[in-house]
Amino acid sequence: MAQQVMESTQVVRLVNGQTFVAPSAWLRARRSLMRARWPLVALFILAAIAFLGVFGPQIAPKDPNRQNIISRLQPPFTEGRSGEVEFWLGTDSLGRDVLSRLIYGARVSLLVGFVAVGIGGVIGTLLGLTAGYFGGIVDHLIMRLADIQLGFPFILLAIMVLVVLGSGVLNLVLVLGIGQWVTYARIARGETISQREKEYVEAAHSVGMSNVRIMFRSILPNILAPLIVIASFNVASVILAEASLSFLGLGVPPTVPTWGGMLADSRDQLLGGSWWLAVYPGVAIMLTVLSLNILGDWLRDFLDPRLRGA
Amino acid sequence: MTQYLVSRLLQSIIVIVGVTFFAFMTLQLAGDPTYLYVSDRASAEEIATIRQRLGFDRPLHEQYITYMTRMVQGDFGTSLVTKMPALDLVMTRLPATIELTLFAMILGLVLAIPIGILSATRRGTPLDGGIMLFAIFGQSMPSFWLGIMLILTVGLGLRWLPISGHVPVLQPLLSGDVGLAISNVPDALRHLILPGITIAVFSLSRNARLIRSTMLEVLSQDYVRTARAKGLRERSVVGRHAFRNSLIPVVTILGLEFGFLLSGVVVVETVFSWPGVGRLVFNSINQRDVPVVQAAVISFSFLFVLLNLLVDLVYARLDPRVRLN
Repeated sequence: MAQQVMESTQVVRLVNGQTFVAPSAWLRARRSLMRARWPLVALFILAAIAFLGVFGPQIAPKDPNRQNIISRLQPPFTEGRSGEVEFWLGTDSLGRDVLSRLIYGARVSLLVGFVAVGIGGVIGTLLGLTAGYFGGIVDHLIMRLADIQLGFPFILLAIMVLVVLGSGVLNLVLVLGIGQWVTYARIARGETISQREKEYVEAAHSVGMSNVRIMFRSILPNILAPLIVIASFNVASVILAEASLSFLGLGVPPTVPTWGGMLADSRDQLLGGSWWLAVYPGVAIMLTVLSLNILGDWLRDFLDPRLRGA
Repeated sequence: MTQYLVSRLLQSIIVIVGVTFFAFMTLQLAGDPTYLYVSDRASAEEIATIRQRLGFDRPLHEQYITYMTRMVQGDFGTSLVTKMPALDLVMTRLPATIELTLFAMILGLVLAIPIGILSATRRGTPLDGGIMLFAIFGQSMPSFWLGIMLILTVGLGLRWLPISGHVPVLQPLLSGDVGLAISNVPDALRHLILPGITIAVFSLSRNARLIRSTMLEVLSQDYVRTARAKGLRERSVVGRHAFRNSLIPVVTILGLEFGFLLSGVVVVETVFSWPGVGRLVFNSINQRDVPVVQAAVISFSFLFVLLNLLVDLVYARLDPRVRLN
């Protein structure tokens, strides 16, 4: 299954001399996406959010940190003096433009989500691959370490680390990233063990390939599919975790607009009826996470249907 | 069984030691951990005294031994803000948190079972589609945001339920006042509903999906076909034969579930001004009251490990494959 994913377009010659081009993984993925409606919508939403994240400063109508006490707590679609809408999604208690902050917030959420998953995925895959390939004491040590980490809710230790070491994008990404390695390590290990005894690995040994080369060139491409599937769900849960930590005041510094941070700020304004401060950032988080979950479901069915229900 | 028990117990101890070691190393990463235990206004002599008292002037391995010894004795330092023992602060607020977590857990499980079964038995119908849509939404929302939305709509808009406050049940029960505990129940429930739903929605969605998929798997098994073939009514096929076996994965995640809910509690308690450990953690974070945060994190982890151990032992009792091995 995984091998098919990695292969590129191939020209296949049949016995009768006819040739045809086997569809590449990308082509099959595109066809499958076109058939399924919701994953396609999810992909569009994610692409739009990513676009906002990258080009935020060019798109945002206002400076997200510019305070303007006179126009504080303006409801959505507030018109300026010229009669045109000045604040599409209203302003917060410091008079900052909600829409602009929302656009800038996309950057942090996506960045934290993908980078943290990248860190966790690389560390976890390396450790799992090593544990599965060599077995024995190495395997035992790595897996006991994984057991310990799974033995308690990681978000609690993340809180502890961020309180002691101080928050900030780097610490946040590192903590969230390190929190994810176990999942990847366990899956990579299991898959490696099942690949280790296969004939192609034996063949690689017999032609004198080094262990490192076998691990990375032969085995790794064959165990990637389930890891990619897990990663797509993982980005979603990391984004939710980031929002929670930002809400607790443990995210990035207050000058950097984040969705979680905006929600934290909105709490004090609820009784005053400023609903827009709470609604929009939450919808932004939900749309992002929902899209990632839907896309993850599709990716799982496409790449590795065995994971269904896992 | 005895062997399993011993190894499982040993594993729990290793986890606890691992957690405390991690917490210890985190403190060391901050440079001189003494500064985490004194307020900003402390004088140099004060800092020196505390450094000596906490043993941070000695070699690392000695420090670790001191750290562990103090922890075993329940000494987590004193709060920088209130000057009270950190563990006492956590313990006095624990009953409120346990009430909320248990309520959310019951909500998440009790509702998930019929919903999951309904979805599985009506597979492919609009009802199934609707439930699954709801479930995927439930898994994509930050719980605290759902809390805020519930406050806005049910609490402030419709004025049906209180949006903050807590009426204790466990607390009077623990201090022996059963009468007060019972008379508090109705009011306590009213206060529990909104925060409870907020915490429960994620696990409710996940459990419903889990029960649905295992139920579908079980329904395609041979013994279900046999049950149908011998003419059993659909109700008893689903209720007696399939349902029980579809519960296995749910029991497995029970322990993890509690830990998951506990970590959700920190944020949700803050949203609903619930006087539990979560809100204590939130306040302590803002005041950089490290001893209290540490005491809360480690006691939560301890509780989590203990519950997981318990669930595994019950599971082992129930599952003959583990019991007899």
